[in-house]
Amino acid sequence: MTTLTVRDWLLAEVPHSKTQARCQRIFISWLAFKRNPVAMIGLLIIISLIAVALLAPWITASDALELDLANRLQPPGSEHWLGTDELGRDILDRIIWGSRITLYIVGLVSIIVVPIGLVIGIVAGYIGGWVDTFLMRLTDIFLAFPRLILAMALVAALGPGLENAVLAIALTTWSPFARIARAEALTIRNSDFILAARMQGVSTAGILSRHVAPLCMSSVIVRLTLDMAGIILTAAGLGFLGLGAQPPTPEWGAMISLGRQYLIDQWWVPTMPGIAILVVSLGFNLLGDGLRDVFDPKSGG
Amino acid sequence: MASAEAVGPGLVLPPKLVKVTGVIASLILTFIGLTAITFTIGRVMPADPVLAIVGDRASQEVYDQVFFQLGLDQPIYVQYFKYLGQLLQGDLGTSIMTAQPVAEDILRFFPATLELATVATLLGVFVGIPMGVLAAVNQGRWIDHVVRIIGLIGYSAPIFWLGMIAILIFYFKLDWVAGPGRLDVFYDSIVDPVSGILILDAALAGEWDIFHNAIAHLILPASILGTFALAYIARMTRSFMLDQLSQEYILTARVKGIPEWRVIWGHAFRNVLVQLITIIGLTYASLLEGSVLTETIFSWPGIGLYITNSLFNNDMNAVLGGTIVVGVCFVGINMLSDLLYKLVDPRVR
Repeated sequence: MTTLTVRDWLLAEVPHSKTQARCQRIFISWLAFKRNPVAMIGLLIIISLIAVALLAPWITASDALELDLANRLQPPGSEHWLGTDELGRDILDRIIWGSRITLYIVGLVSIIVVPIGLVIGIVAGYIGGWVDTFLMRLTDIFLAFPRLILAMALVAALGPGLENAVLAIALTTWSPFARIARAEALTIRNSDFILAARMQGVSTAGILSRHVAPLCMSSVIVRLTLDMAGIILTAAGLGFLGLGAQPPTPEWGAMISLGRQYLIDQWWVPTMPGIAILVVSLGFNLLGDGLRDVFDPKSGG
Repeated sequence: MASAEAVGPGLVLPPKLVKVTGVIASLILTFIGLTAITFTIGRVMPADPVLAIVGDRASQEVYDQVFFQLGLDQPIYVQYFKYLGQLLQGDLGTSIMTAQPVAEDILRFFPATLELATVATLLGVFVGIPMGVLAAVNQGRWIDHVVRIIGLIGYSAPIFWLGMIAILIFYFKLDWVAGPGRLDVFYDSIVDPVSGILILDAALAGEWDIFHNAIAHLILPASILGTFALAYIARMTRSFMLDQLSQEYILTARVKGIPEWRVIWGHAFRNVLVQLITIIGLTYASLLEGSVLTETIFSWPGIGLYITNSLFNNDMNAVLGGTIVVGVCFVGINMLSDLLYKLVDPRVR
């Protein structure tokens, strides 16, 4: 099959199979997305982040942990592009290895937060009644909390560490997803195809998992992308306060915290990891903005 | 739209009152939720809540005393209600670090945060709103793009990092502003803390040197904290303005020959202002919280610094007390702005 016919297949007036219809939807969204240069920059940043994280062992000269005290606090140059830190470790290498931690954090938070939010939201929206009232009150309570401070208090109780930081962030992040999923479920609930499925005897669990949940996914993914930056910033903040990943882990927030005392004379030590955080969270924000414009043009701001 | 709600035969409450009671009810519910969570963090999660409070070097006597003080011999729901009762009386426990009631500590630290967050919000409002309006009026032109980029950076930059860079540039290199802290050392403790808000106290006392010094210390952390406010407010203003400018009454106004500046500020912006109330409230609340990291960077003696320091000293009473106070302010401001919006906007009314 040549490229042209694949394109024809993707843009056919009438899809002949479920797969084709699905591919067409994705392709048409992609065409709209591709026209948005800002969103494409965001996508590029995120793809680079993932590539760098995957290729870390091959594109770094060190494992980001071994010390080289003869070369401590070297300024950026041809030997060390972004300089070295207080223990002589190459900062670029550490940022590259740190990208794995960043992805680990956002990945872990996502796989905790999305299912919880989705289940609570669609159950509340689909079943309605007092279940809805109860679940949404619960959601509102979590929605109303100051995120960072609650995460700090949680980590204080659980003990500092990357996993506990992730758990604390997840606990304070799931609520908007429940709200979104509920709103979607409310509009889907009364559609004909749900009624049809119900008359065919599909169980409530079946309807929720096979018919309602997939339709909520696009709004949830858009929101997740937009929330990624917040998750990264909160994680970096916790790391900076010493509540997240512990040294010598090359977590970016923790790197800034360690480099803080060298700010005046060796500015690059705390500055470089900060730029990494800025670029990545900017990437997620741009991508999220673009996705929202494609999937939900009405709420664009 | 909202008709009066009947609460019983013959008794009809005015819709405004129904709204107010609704907001208050959800405020109470949220408060219960908040305290349930801090209770869980403080009493249920630690393997031994007594050890978490007294530390492992305390004598058996102290241990037993705290054990009964916490009511750990009673069922968990009794413990919770006791805890709630103490909170409602303003009792947040005693801080280990300062050996004083947490509530008193917080009263001392809170004004600094209030000052910082208020000035930051004001900066956000007075810079962000014109930026948003300007962007909306020039939609798609370079001003619009510049505003969008500033907004995106404001959203994406880690605030503690931004603060550090700002200290490096504006304090160490350019020496335009004063350094960390609220005042230079030799100005300390001269002005009586009447309100605790230093610039206000200094102005009231007529100590203009101190006033200027306080401003020099305040301006950088407030700008850094205000970056987020500015980004958010500018973005929302732009979006609301675009919404209004595409309405038909704007077209009517323009056709009637009303000058453009009046169409923008007198017609469109007046409607946007109502929507902005909620946004400003949200921003203010989130800045009260967001000040934690800024205060750490700038050694600003506010509640964020208090919570962080307590955290490192394992002072759980202080951490949870601070969490509750910030949480209550956060929830309270959000509800208040929601309420204000409902009372002000004729469409909601």
